[in-house]
Amino acid sequence: MYTFTNKLRNFSIILMVVGFLGLSHGFLTVPETVEEAISMVADAHHGDHKTGTQHQGHHEAALANNEEHSEDHHGEHLLHQLQNKPWAALYVAAFFFMMIALGTLAFYAINRAAQAGWSPAIFRVMEGITAYLLPGALVVFVILALSGMHFNHLFIWMDPDVVSHDKLIQGKVSFLNVPGFLIRALIYIGGWTSYRYFSRKFSLAQDQAADVSNHKKNFRISAAFLVFFIVTESMMSWDWIMSIDPHWFSTLFGWYVFSSMFVSGVTTIALITIYLKFMGYLEKVNDSHIHDLGKFMFGISIFWTYLWFSQFMLIWYSNIPEEVTYFITRIEDYNLPFFGMLFMNFIFPLLILMNSDYKRINYFIVMAGIVILLGHYIDVFNMIMPSAVGDQWFIGIAEIGGFLFFFGLFIFVVFKEISKVPIHAAGDPFIGESERFHY
Amino acid sequence: MSSNRVIHALYDDDDKLLSAVKSIREKKHHIEEVYTPFPVHGLDKAMGLEETRISIMAFIYGCIGFLVSILMMNYIMIEDWPQNIGGKPSFSYLENMPAFVPIMFEMTVFFAAHLMVITFYLRSRLWPFKEAENPNPLTTDDKFLIEIEFHDNEKELNVLLKETGAIDVKTIEKKGDDE
Repeated sequence: MYTFTNKLRNFSIILMVVGFLGLSHGFLTVPETVEEAISMVADAHHGDHKTGTQHQGHHEAALANNEEHSEDHHGEHLLHQLQNKPWAALYVAAFFFMMIALGTLAFYAINRAAQAGWSPAIFRVMEGITAYLLPGALVVFVILALSGMHFNHLFIWMDPDVVSHDKLIQGKVSFLNVPGFLIRALIYIGGWTSYRYFSRKFSLAQDQAADVSNHKKNFRISAAFLVFFIVTESMMSWDWIMSIDPHWFSTLFGWYVFSSMFVSGVTTIALITIYLKFMGYLEKVNDSHIHDLGKFMFGISIFWTYLWFSQFMLIWYSNIPEEVTYFITRIEDYNLPFFGMLFMNFIFPLLILMNSDYKRINYFIVMAGIVILLGHYIDVFNMIMPSAVGDQWFIGIAEIGGFLFFFGLFIFVVFKEISKVPIHAAGDPFIGESERFHY
Repeated sequence: MSSNRVIHALYDDDDKLLSAVKSIREKKHHIEEVYTPFPVHGLDKAMGLEETRISIMAFIYGCIGFLVSILMMNYIMIEDWPQNIGGKPSFSYLENMPAFVPIMFEMTVFFAAHLMVITFYLRSRLWPFKEAENPNPLTTDDKFLIEIEFHDNEKELNVLLKETGAIDVKTIEKKGDDE
């Protein structure tokens, strides 16, 4: 039985408090008027910041090109971007940690449906991580609902004024409308969390059971969940991320988001397993289990890169204006996070985890894992920020605050859940195979 | 000088074979070779074989393939006959690099795979029409064979091998190794 130490509890609470302060700072310093917004950006440009001068040049060029646009119009756009900024910082972090729990749930369901023999020793760790899915998804839902009530302009298609001037969005109104959007979100979240609830229930009941009926039920609902998941996950990625930029579309976007959440989930399982093992729990987990998680981290990182590149190359090659703007914005305004992410999510894990022996050494898994997780945070950042705040991005107090807040909440919920039940799934029919697992 | 006489012990189960290899090595007998119809998991560790270095070679071969693909595509598509790629006639390798990534990947895999197989053949001294070294055709079907070198402990070995579950133990006069 794992006990949630006071040290870790206090640490998570401190993270939440610091994160909350950071987020509040972000929300309180939002400009109220166009003049304030312009002066804020101008102030930032007075520094000898290299990007500052680039922005200035960019603005001037934009102004020169659009003479029919009045200065006010431009200023209003800037104001909206700056007002979006703390919301986007909140949303990126909320989504990222929800995505970890969801990716872990998918990994767990695959292990259940495949009746995997190696993994039952870490089922309780996975179940602990998926406990964050319900609170995490509800936070995301609240942010989406607040967007629907026009507290922010993250989703421009929610603004009837924008839609009435935009023929492309008008064509999508039957799908992109606020009631439909929120109902769909409830269906996704309801489906995922009810699978999680029942699977956890059967998993715990199996520990006491004399037969394997609970295991069989878990197998069946896991297979059904995977079908539900891959459809709703795809639609979720269109709804919650792709629609932030309602003109742009990519047909493999759902897969791309899936690979990102899957590798983040597996990495988190590995990190928490190593932590618990370091604290003296999970004595049945051996280095072959860590090796297998390391293989998944390595493999899915390459799978992510494959999808990232498939999406990039087709759009780059065909060079169709309405598609290619997506990558032009990212390469011009987000150069460092865009290419830095490729290094963190592909080249670093590729080189570090290629050697078979390194996947058994906790130090390497932890090092690669931290870089992969931060890399996928930046991946979500790159998906959401460019359409929400344009070139006004910065990883500042609000962004770090958002990350820390949800990180603290994540630690609190996950370790609380792990401490509730015995950490060893002693009744699982495959637990013996998992204990003897040896590569 | 080692004699050319060896013992051939035949087994009909891979688990028995594995435990036999372990107990033979515990008694400090020298196992010359093991012939199996399929790769037996963990046999290399039980026999105490050195770890393979083919993965290091695979990495090096992959790097060679990667470099060859870059030089090749640079010569073909940029230098020798400059191509307008995707409506972007920049004639620079770097700016057209995304178009070459699939080729870079394929050449890396191609070089690593083919050179690895060739290395394996050379290292194992295999070539077309080579006569099989396999001493007993049963080991290509469902039997496992351990070849043990011995000096003057034939009886002791025979007893040990019977104990480990060998279905047949034979002493064979081997032809010279130099042949």
